[in-house]
Amino acid sequence: MLSRKQKDFLVKSIFFVIALVSILILFLIMFYLFREGLPIFEVVSVKDFLFGRYWYPTSDPPAFGIFPLLVGSIYVTALSTLIAVPLGVMTAIYLAEIASPALRNIVKPIVELLAGMPSVVIGFFGMVVVAPFLQNYLDLDSGLNLFNASLMLAFMSVPTICSISEDAIFSVPRELKEGSLALGATHFQTIVKVIIPASLSGISTSIILGMSRAIGETMVVLMVAGGAAMIPESIFDPVRPMPASIAAEMAEAPFHSNHYYALFAIGIVLFLFTLAFNMIADHISHKYRQVGAATL
Amino acid sequence: MGSEKRVKISVQNLNFYYGDFHALHDISMDMYENHVTALIGPSGCGKSTFLRCINRMNDLILGTRVEGKLLLDGKDLYDPKVDVVEVRRKVGMVFQKPNPFPKSIFENVAYGLRVNGVKDKKFIAHRVEESLKMAAIWDEVKDRLHSSALGLSGGQQQRLCIARALAMEPEVLLMDEPASALDPIATQKIEDLIFELKKRFTIVIVTHNMQQAARVSDYTAFFYMGRLVEVDTTDVIFTRPKEKQTEDYITGRFG
Repeated sequence: MLSRKQKDFLVKSIFFVIALVSILILFLIMFYLFREGLPIFEVVSVKDFLFGRYWYPTSDPPAFGIFPLLVGSIYVTALSTLIAVPLGVMTAIYLAEIASPALRNIVKPIVELLAGMPSVVIGFFGMVVVAPFLQNYLDLDSGLNLFNASLMLAFMSVPTICSISEDAIFSVPRELKEGSLALGATHFQTIVKVIIPASLSGISTSIILGMSRAIGETMVVLMVAGGAAMIPESIFDPVRPMPASIAAEMAEAPFHSNHYYALFAIGIVLFLFTLAFNMIADHISHKYRQVGAATL
Repeated sequence: MGSEKRVKISVQNLNFYYGDFHALHDISMDMYENHVTALIGPSGCGKSTFLRCINRMNDLILGTRVEGKLLLDGKDLYDPKVDVVEVRRKVGMVFQKPNPFPKSIFENVAYGLRVNGVKDKKFIAHRVEESLKMAAIWDEVKDRLHSSALGLSGGQQQRLCIARALAMEPEVLLMDEPASALDPIATQKIEDLIFELKKRFTIVIVTHNMQQAARVSDYTAFFYMGRLVEVDTTDVIFTRPKEKQTEDYITGRFG
């Protein structure tokens, strides 16, 4: 039989090994991403890769400029954020400050469950419901475009934004709220001037995590963004965001061809974007954490 | 106490309920203008609940109910026609824990004026200075009015909160154990302040500290289990209370 001490050691070791393995695998994936992506820069310079205006990876000679894809991703993310932030934050304010506790207890879990909606379902909805609607009512060539993709991505990030913002708003200390009301402020003034400023770090974090979700999302943009690798001139032009390119082209890119390396390099760019978003979110939530009665 | 004293707040058969819980039983008492009334009693006796009735702060808690009358200058604060925001402008409050807003010192004091629609910058600056002076904190903060209020010490924060309430020029100032989170020196400052402030305001203070009640107040009300046991001048309450319960509490035999 093992002694108590040996058992303890065994349990600790097992947990350590499991933790190590999962982290190690993620690191290996990252390493692999860089190993498979960096060789493209022997063919094309970093500047031409990022800012080249033409993405013709299969032409002869091929052009590996991902600028249209980069712009597509940024536009789609920006527009979806523009749509999702008012919806998500206002819903959060409603749930935390205005709705009755009973209603909050029902609606909050539902909103959180919506975060688990499979993206392919949202993409499908965008394809068969939103796209024909846009096409018919706005008289467009195709309803699969930047606007449709942004709208669908917005619906995907609303639950994230709403849930995290709601937590932040709800945890604003009651003393602050009472302090404001006791000075003769109305409920609305209290929300705008005290509660939102006090929960701003949580709200900002939620917005950036929502953006990070939108920029990395693949299935929705693959299905509804339209897929044209060009710089859009209007929000109703089709675009081809970075994840959609990778997903669409990886199967047909020959192993270790320049096209293959280029797709991995797009993966690196995408990775750096989400990494930056997450670091900013982390930074905001730590640095702007308030002290004293206003601690979140 | 002069004979010219005037009733500022008159409470008549006030009952208060949290849902089914009957928290205050039939409270009747008067509070006088430019005097300090202390509310004392063991934890959970209803003194804070009673205090929060005076600026209708309990309205925020769902399922609460008030019966009876609470008159400020003869007008019932719980009349359905009364605007609660108006009540809170007249009846300021200082809370147990200092609760400055995460804003600058200046903005904390200016807040009440701003939310009440005051735009005149000169007037606001003047009132902020005046209030900070009245709260005896001006000298400590005058060089850093625009830095965060959260950088102040607890005692300074509490005096800032008092200044914030004074900026509204309330008629009544409610203080809910304003010194309970502070050290003895900061407490001393708050007590000196109360003595000054009663010249201009009517003050109602909840305190757990018997010596504090004896030092700062003109009248003392003793609450027990949601009932007002006895109210009289502080002198009488502390030297020859009529009720046995009051005497026991004052002398530390329970509570």
